[in-house]
Amino acid sequence: MNDMRIVERAVETRNIKISARGVQVHYGDKHALRDVDVDILDNTVTAFIGPSGCGKSTFLRCLNRMNDTVAVAKVSGTILLDGEDIYDRRVDPVQLRAKVGMVFQKPNPFPKSIYDNVAYGPRIHGLTRNKAELDEVVEASLRKAALWNEVKDRLQEGGTGLSGGQQQRLCIARAIATSPEVLLMDEPCSALDPIATAQVEELIDELRASFSVVIVTHSMQQAARVSQRTAFFHLGNLVEYGETGAIFTKPSDPRTESYITGRIG
Amino acid sequence: MMTTEPHIASAFDRDLEAIQAMMLKMGGLVEAALLDAAQALETRDDDLAERVRRGDKAIDALEEQINIEAARLIALRAPTAGDLRTVLTVMKIAASLERCGDYAKNLAKRSSVLSQMSPISGSAGAIRRMAKAVEVLLRESLDSFVQRDARLAADVRLRDAEVDQMYNALFREFLTHMMEDPRNITACMHLHFIAKNIERVGDHATGIAEQVIYLVSGALPEEARPKDDRTSTALPPGAK
Repeated sequence: MNDMRIVERAVETRNIKISARGVQVHYGDKHALRDVDVDILDNTVTAFIGPSGCGKSTFLRCLNRMNDTVAVAKVSGTILLDGEDIYDRRVDPVQLRAKVGMVFQKPNPFPKSIYDNVAYGPRIHGLTRNKAELDEVVEASLRKAALWNEVKDRLQEGGTGLSGGQQQRLCIARAIATSPEVLLMDEPCSALDPIATAQVEELIDELRASFSVVIVTHSMQQAARVSQRTAFFHLGNLVEYGETGAIFTKPSDPRTESYITGRIG
Repeated sequence: MMTTEPHIASAFDRDLEAIQAMMLKMGGLVEAALLDAAQALETRDDDLAERVRRGDKAIDALEEQINIEAARLIALRAPTAGDLRTVLTVMKIAASLERCGDYAKNLAKRSSVLSQMSPISGSAGAIRRMAKAVEVLLRESLDSFVQRDARLAADVRLRDAEVDQMYNALFREFLTHMMEDPRNITACMHLHFIAKNIERVGDHATGIAEQVIYLVSGALPEEARPKDDRTSTALPPGAK
């Protein structure tokens, strides 16, 4: 009786996609993330919320080893993707990022055609054998990203000529073209207008049928709308992690309550 | 535990406080209407009864105002967690209080009718004591809201059984009066509706207390509360 989930939003799976234990991140002297333990479910949208500097983006960037590119960053603890340690020395970060795709805050299409933007990943990873297969992957990715109908007649035009919302959906198409298992999104709608935001949110909900989606957002309402699980970070700690409906109606930690009701910044 | 820190947006605090203040004002008016109506019945004061009847308009207007302001607050502020529970609770309590106001108004109407008839001995006093007991429950349920005191709310919730017992006693008394002398039937029917309506105000006080428990804890109480209204299965004396 106390289950607040509406059927449609219910998480059908209990399969753990990513399991993090004791994750710590230091940027030089700064202790950015303290001892984070979390299990991220498959076929679920998980939202990371928290004030600026709380560690949510830092943690997101641990999940596809983007912090490797930051010289002063030191990551410890274990992160398992399907039970495999992603920080194992035998893991190639480039291969990992094909499995764990990422979409950034500002749409950043390559200065290439729409077609080549989407074809880029499959080409460098050698995922297709011929032009016909590549065409198929490009079309399927653009369809999944709900962009196909708008661009199918101008695939050879530049990706940077699209509107902001279209560019962001192009970046999502590019990220899903390598058939990732996890999609990380770092504030994917913060540069978009409300219509484009709604389209991307609808897309996120559809994508969760195929992937585990993790989204960092500053919009509490967006977290409430798109996610089934919410994690609240504060001062480098994971304060609370749970079912989104429960977090937004009856959070168990007073810091979560203060943040989501607009009492601490 | 609910946080009491102010919001970063101070207008949000003012909006939340405004609907709570309106709801508590409603509560004060309903308590007064109930006591005044019971007093009008006992002292056969038609002027007081008329004032209670007219006063119900102010209670209804406050409820409407609360609904408008709460809808606005939900649309503009998108409240969550404790704030959301506060808004939902205020709306539900306001709806309960509006019903209680209607019961008090109905009591006042019947009291004007009863003042034209010969009194049933002892009944008006007993009804006033019952109204007083219910008014205390209502007041304490609203106090528990103000203080966010789930223990007081739980206590109010259990004490409604006392009101049920008072109602049972009156029910039997009216039956006896009606059997003794059929000329008492009209007055006793009115008095019985009055007693029943006051008993219902007690049920609303219980519902308000349950809302306060939800407000504070995030969940409604699960265990059943004791009920002592046995009149729905009552048979005439001597029946098998």
